[in-house]
Amino acid sequence: MNRTPAHHPSPITHYPSRLLYFPGCALKDQARGYEEATLAALAALGYEVRELPRWNCCGTVYALAQDDLMRHVGPLRNLIRAQEQGAEELLTLCAMCYHTLSRTARFVQNPENLRRLNAFMDEEEDYRGSVRVLHLVQLLAGLAERLPRAVKVDLAGLRAGAYYGCTLLRPRDVAVDHPERPEVMEAVLAALGAEPVCFPERVECCGAYLTVTEPEAVRLRAGAILLSAAQNGAEVLVTACPLCHFNLRERRPLGAPKLPVVYLGEVLAWALGVKPVPEALAPRVGVRG
Amino acid sequence: MAAELRLSRENLNAPFLQKLGEISGQNVFACYQCGKCSAGCLFAEHMDVLPNQVIRLLQLGDEGVLAARAPWVCAACLACSVRCPKGVDVARIMEALRQLALRRGIMPVQLKLDREFPQIALVGALRKVTP
Ligand code: SF4
Ligand code: SF4
Repeated sequence: MNRTPAHHPSPITHYPSRLLYFPGCALKDQARGYEEATLAALAALGYEVRELPRWNCCGTVYALAQDDLMRHVGPLRNLIRAQEQGAEELLTLCAMCYHTLSRTARFVQNPENLRRLNAFMDEEEDYRGSVRVLHLVQLLAGLAERLPRAVKVDLAGLRAGAYYGCTLLRPRDVAVDHPERPEVMEAVLAALGAEPVCFPERVECCGAYLTVTEPEAVRLRAGAILLSAAQNGAEVLVTACPLCHFNLRERRPLGAPKLPVVYLGEVLAWALGVKPVPEALAPRVGVRG
Repeated sequence: MAAELRLSRENLNAPFLQKLGEISGQNVFACYQCGKCSAGCLFAEHMDVLPNQVIRLLQLGDEGVLAARAPWVCAACLACSVRCPKGVDVARIMEALRQLALRRGIMPVQLKLDREFPQIALVGALRKVTP
């Protein structure tokens, strides 16, 4: 696990101790536990995390059509809100929010796109293009050296499979690590004292929003992912995406391995001792081998 | 797709192909039909036309591809896009096909809203069926 990733070769280690945070809809609803655990853990690490005022929907899926400016307006408004606060970084916990916001931030790096969108949104102050969208896993990767000293609860023996899914890894220009051979989540899990487990399906799609239109296709995907993780020895699946989390739990086919599916921020909170390890996993923790 | 396909130079300048190029920003003629996109597509087994075949039909100017189910089974996972050796962003072509179909009033999927979905799934799915 010590190969240098081909992308983002040097993790950024100097984040300000004050961070502006974009929650998105899932963190206020089905993934409330993810938000609560993460905010408590970041506070324990000394971060002052403030919620972005007047945030709106990130758009959920990034618009792949190039002829429709309208679809970039939602994400861009959030970047303007962050700019108004004088923030250089905007922290996200949801992988899908990270994806739409960071891709829009990249889209407006092109001066012509920026000009057109600013002209289109003339009710807002002009966006100047300087907010950097950050995902929790990037923040934690930058802290990898500090984390072991902050760990209060020994997670040794907890075999955790990181499930990346799509939106943190593709396309390359917003990927948090190498799109096919990522290791950043495993590195963070190891820094927290857990035992990372790699499995082939960790970078493969769960079916995402097809859960609405093609639930059977998603069921097959959930089964394949859970099986791949279990066969490689994982006892828990760790994700940063509320939609993956939903699909892996609610579309689990009959007979598929019953691995618990948890959020990255929850594992962080267990290790730092700000949230108790759930009972089902407690017997695994602190047991070596 | 069309039962009979007439191959001609005119097909290459078909207005719908130009529109598709505008929406997707992609050049379908860059594809050399290696099949890598289809090989790695986790949803190909549910498609009527495989991703590489979609591109091939577009290269031939076959407008019938607008009625295909394939783009609606595509999860926009971007695996094909990061793997294409020719740099073709296949997911953008799938999105352009959905958009072209929607803008013509074609939507061959059903929204089964008979159970509870989290907001993130609903908004994602609904945005894919909004022209
Ligand atoms: S991977 Fe690229 S070049 Fe190969 S068939 Fe697909 S689109 Fe064409
Ligand atoms: S983006 Fe669509 S076509 Fe491409 S691999 Fe994913 S599901 Fe298949």
